[in-house]
Amino acid sequence: MSSYNNGVCFSEARRVAIFGGTHGNEMSGVMLVNLWVKNSAEIQRKRVETKPFITNPRAVEKCTRYVDTDLNRAFSPENLSAPGGDDLPYEVQRAQEINRIFGPKGSPDAYDVIFDLHNTTSNMGCTLILESSKDYFNLQMMNYIKKAIAPASCLVLLNEHPLLKYSTSRSVAKHPVGLEVGPQPQGVLRSNIFEAMRVILKHALDFIELFNEGMEFPPCSVEVFRVSERIDYPRDANGNIIAMVHPNLGNWIPFDCDWEPLNPGDPMFHTFDGKTIYYQGQGTVYPTFINEAAYYEKQQAFVTTRRETLVASAIRKA
Amino acid sequence: MSVCFPKLSRVAVCGGTHGNELSGVYLVRELQRCAGDGAHVNTLLCDTFVFPSPSGPISDTAPYEMIRSRELNALLGPKGSPKAVDLICDLHNTTADMGLCLIAYSDHDWICLHIFRHLQRQMPDIPMRYIHFDVSNKESYSLDSVGKHGFAIEIGPQPHGVVRSNIYTAMKFGVQHMLDWVRFFNSGTIFEGGFVDVFTMVKHIDYPRDRETRNITAAIHPQLQDRDFSLLQPEDPLFQTFSGETLRYKGKEPLYPFFINECAYYEKSIALSLARKRRVMIPCKGTL
Repeated sequence: MSSYNNGVCFSEARRVAIFGGTHGNEMSGVMLVNLWVKNSAEIQRKRVETKPFITNPRAVEKCTRYVDTDLNRAFSPENLSAPGGDDLPYEVQRAQEINRIFGPKGSPDAYDVIFDLHNTTSNMGCTLILESSKDYFNLQMMNYIKKAIAPASCLVLLNEHPLLKYSTSRSVAKHPVGLEVGPQPQGVLRSNIFEAMRVILKHALDFIELFNEGMEFPPCSVEVFRVSERIDYPRDANGNIIAMVHPNLGNWIPFDCDWEPLNPGDPMFHTFDGKTIYYQGQGTVYPTFINEAAYYEKQQAFVTTRRETLVASAIRKA
Repeated sequence: MSVCFPKLSRVAVCGGTHGNELSGVYLVRELQRCAGDGAHVNTLLCDTFVFPSPSGPISDTAPYEMIRSRELNALLGPKGSPKAVDLICDLHNTTADMGLCLIAYSDHDWICLHIFRHLQRQMPDIPMRYIHFDVSNKESYSLDSVGKHGFAIEIGPQPHGVVRSNIYTAMKFGVQHMLDWVRFFNSGTIFEGGFVDVFTMVKHIDYPRDRETRNITAAIHPQLQDRDFSLLQPEDPLFQTFSGETLRYKGKEPLYPFFINECAYYEKSIALSLARKRRVMIPCKGTL
């Protein structure tokens, strides 16, 4: 990366990977990657080598989130350098293997871009996940995708929080991009969710091709939702959950309000015996990952985010 | 015409038969917490159940669920004997958009049909259906078949591993109204006869699969997704392949689809089930 006039240069994005099955029961990514492993025509672009890859094959086979430990939390420096070989938890072994193939993380040899495909039971729609507010390449890509799919929407979640940030499989690459599409139950494949993910990847790869051909992207602003706080379910003294996320009253089909403003004094949880618990925080926040099944064990009912506009410099290839 | 039954003095409400179908798990816990509120019916509240299995010796290495099924058969049965509980209500969730369904093995068990009618009247805002699996008692394999009378309450859509407030509330009221009905029945109330629309399961349809790998090659078509109980006509879209082709329903008879895209049924080779609907007349009912 280097600067020019008013912009930043990045080297061509020659090596790109698409990860599916990081969580073995998040079906859109599993199906898309399997499809592209068989026939990669759809993901081919000039001047790019795009590799579809199943990151957690054992979890995929069992249609479970993980076998020993969450692969998408396993890419910490400690794990990546841990000795122990076969004695290590399966996902830690996998993380080391993935780091060998697509990394090493943090080195010049690492892949340029990794797209990591996920589903959520939350009503998040299409969400792109960004790990750094200074990654102008990613910001420009996300801006391009948002414009390309309009009027359909695709929001950007920024997780740069020092405590809540985690070591994802995609973090091996120079430019990690998370793609989260919901709502979809674990283990289920919904056609509309599958197609939405496919379309986003198409635009992402188009962006990379244009960039590699020398197109300059002028400065842009991108609205993001920055992760602020994790909120757990209310629990009793034994750690059992005693309340549910509050429903949108009057609807039979629960309408979880990911990305809708939550103001102090708004209902937040509904106890099993019928009481309401209200949000007591400071100022308006935008909750997301509301009622994600996999997060019950991580003590998370939802995360709060704050809206922010990030500015990305102009970029072009070096 | 009227029919009379002995009182239903022992009723079991069971949650967690499938451990990731959470409404029943949390509801049974909540009911256990509140137990002792002066219920007149001896209500057994049970966690974690399994399907009963044929009798025979069990080894130490028998699957957990087989061991559990023996325990439950001893607690709530034995199946087919006079000691079995009078009524079992087994609580389930589905990822399919089915609303509230009462699922029974019989289309002429008047207890189940009257309970269903009562629930329909008490909860008119909730989409509600009666599903009938035409399987004899000997061949029936699920927990609710252990009692003298039994049914499952199935509510969706809810992802497995998630508790949704509206779904939980619907199940809570459903169970409460069911227990109220039992109390009224036991205290001599006569219930009028009437009609119930019964959906009798006819067949399942599997996903199209790759011949060698058996991996699925198509998803439920977006026009069918979430359209449980919406009549499926010959030539209506069923699946959309990953290459974008539409596969259509080739049956000759219009049928009602349900359990569309239920997560747990992928391994059972069921993409959707199909039912015939017919109106069943139920006689007026009271206790002996």
